[in-house]
Amino acid sequence: MMPDEHAKRTAWGRRLVVAIPYIWLLVFFLAPFAIVFKISFSEVQIAMPPYAPVFGWEEGFAGWLDKFSELSFDNYLWLGQDALYINSYLSSLRIAAVSTFLVLLIGYPIAYGMARAPTQWRPALVMLVILPFWTSFLIRVYAWIGILKKEGLLNQALVGIGLIDEPLTILNTNIAVYIGIVYSYLPFMVLPLYANLEKLDRALIEAALDLGCHPIKAFWTITFPLSLPGVLAGSFLVFIPAVGEFVIPDLLGGSETLMIGKTLWSEFFSNRDWPVSSAVAVLLLLILVIPIVLFQHFQQKQAEKGQ
Amino acid sequence: MAPTTLGPIQRKFAPWDDPSEVPLVRFENVTKRFGDFVAVDNLSIDIYPREFFALLGPSGCGKTTLLRMLAGFEQPTEGRILLDGQDVSKVPPYRRPVNMMFQSYALFPHMTVEANIAFGLKQDRVPKPEIEARVAEMLKLVRLEQFGKRKPHQLSGGQRQRVALARSLAKKPKLLLLDEPLAALDKKLREATQFELTDLQQELGLTFLIVTHDQEEAMTVADRIAVMDHGVMVQVATPAEIYEQPNSRYVADFIGDVNLIEGRVAAIDGARVEIAPSGIDARFEVAEAPDTAVDDTVWLALRPEKIAVSMEPPDDASVNCVSGEVWDIAYLGDLSIYHVRLASGITVKSAQTNVTRLIERPITWEDKVYLSWTRDAGVALIR
Repeated sequence: MMPDEHAKRTAWGRRLVVAIPYIWLLVFFLAPFAIVFKISFSEVQIAMPPYAPVFGWEEGFAGWLDKFSELSFDNYLWLGQDALYINSYLSSLRIAAVSTFLVLLIGYPIAYGMARAPTQWRPALVMLVILPFWTSFLIRVYAWIGILKKEGLLNQALVGIGLIDEPLTILNTNIAVYIGIVYSYLPFMVLPLYANLEKLDRALIEAALDLGCHPIKAFWTITFPLSLPGVLAGSFLVFIPAVGEFVIPDLLGGSETLMIGKTLWSEFFSNRDWPVSSAVAVLLLLILVIPIVLFQHFQQKQAEKGQ
Repeated sequence: MAPTTLGPIQRKFAPWDDPSEVPLVRFENVTKRFGDFVAVDNLSIDIYPREFFALLGPSGCGKTTLLRMLAGFEQPTEGRILLDGQDVSKVPPYRRPVNMMFQSYALFPHMTVEANIAFGLKQDRVPKPEIEARVAEMLKLVRLEQFGKRKPHQLSGGQRQRVALARSLAKKPKLLLLDEPLAALDKKLREATQFELTDLQQELGLTFLIVTHDQEEAMTVADRIAVMDHGVMVQVATPAEIYEQPNSRYVADFIGDVNLIEGRVAAIDGARVEIAPSGIDARFEVAEAPDTAVDDTVWLALRPEKIAVSMEPPDDASVNCVSGEVWDIAYLGDLSIYHVRLASGITVKSAQTNVTRLIERPITWEDKVYLSWTRDAGVALIR
């Protein structure tokens, strides 16, 4: 083979490898998004599908340009007019933020304990964290209904040991949603945190102790700041999907539980208002893009630092 | 003993020979076990103020464990460790007046050089202006004045090593522990830094305890060297004593290059001990062989540089002289090492300084040569 022919081939190979994630994004994210985006500008009509298409294939490019000038933002304006949507967004963000904080609070000690465990135990501990994934997510959330309901395991146990007289109402409240989210997303916090803490050089802690630093202070001045990339990665992995969470609030939450995933579902399936629900989805995406971009920016900075 | 001069510094420093000296560090019958493994075995040693003490040995000999016990990261299983007369065996590391320089340097990656150096002082709640002055002083000491605002990852290996040193010295510890401090540096930089370390130790008047597996490093920096093996100190002595009067084959072999020839004590006559080597038709003499009797098995330890190589037999070939064939020559530039195979099959190494610039050396492969040495060149070892 000629040398430049070889170079040409590797260049093509390289492009192909780089192209794969882009193709993936294009087919499975950008194209569906474009469809949803298009629907979000249309109007409801009783038909199949239940909306009046804004752009049709038959109108051609010139027709599309015309349509652009008279594009209707009514669906988006509607989201601002009805308090339901704004409240759903805010409530989702709040529930996701509080849950993320709780997951961090519980996940950090777990990850820390795993990273400090004897080396031969660690694979088993990681396995234990991943193990719940072997059961369907839906079944695990259903199991929580059995635990949390009035005559459920938790109440029976609490009454049994005499801690409470009357069973608590946990199921179908926001507390149940928090429990569900914290439980479901714990591994997403523990794993990146563990990966980070495990790499931490023990000599750094020893050096801090050697210089007269109390172990507790050494944790806050050395271990915690150095684990921030892990904290951030874990928090985003929990926060972003938790904002759009539908299954947990639907199964464990009550009528008071307002989450955008639930609102979107009922808009789509109960009201059959595809245009408005599409607008809800587009706006949700825009809201989530901000933390994702921040996260990416942070990661890039970390990568640059590492060099 | 008359003071001996080593370079510009007049040295007559031997507190270990002075019974009135009070040791700074005392290990009293210290044993450390990890499960079944005995890392340090019933070890006792005194280290004196202003001493540069080296722990030398192969990996797994217990030298690092000893250092970590002194820093407080490990507790002795048995025995006591005294620092300045006080038992520190149970004192946590953050309450010990001891600082350590780590092999990996263990610089805090999220802090600047200045913050790293100031870290120990901050823990003691030293007033801010004092910290700043001390940090500046330390930066000057290690010649890193320009680098105070940098993060560790923006420094070269040698610079990081100096930051680590400055950080461990900032609190003026009574005792500085150095865990393989130069292992990560390249050879040239390592050699230069060795001298810097000794100068610094002299200048600051501190006690340094260094752990190393590099015998050259230990010889260069230390006042005394402890050669360790399997948790015990085989020999504790000055570098010259360790080299010239090793007390065992292990020490002789670990420090530098040595020829070991097994034999039997044939006769003892005051300052002359005659040895009959096994398997070699020759008669060896050494100046002394303490703790031996006639017929004891001994090993004659001969440093290669103390053996002369010649084509002609020496004047007195009856004693301390063997002949053989040049088997191999290692040309090292400054030295040539001749591997001479004796008739009995034993190979003896002789190092000759290349004082001339001859490319063709007079002695070459397969030449028949004579090896000879003086009576005080060799040491008879009984273990």
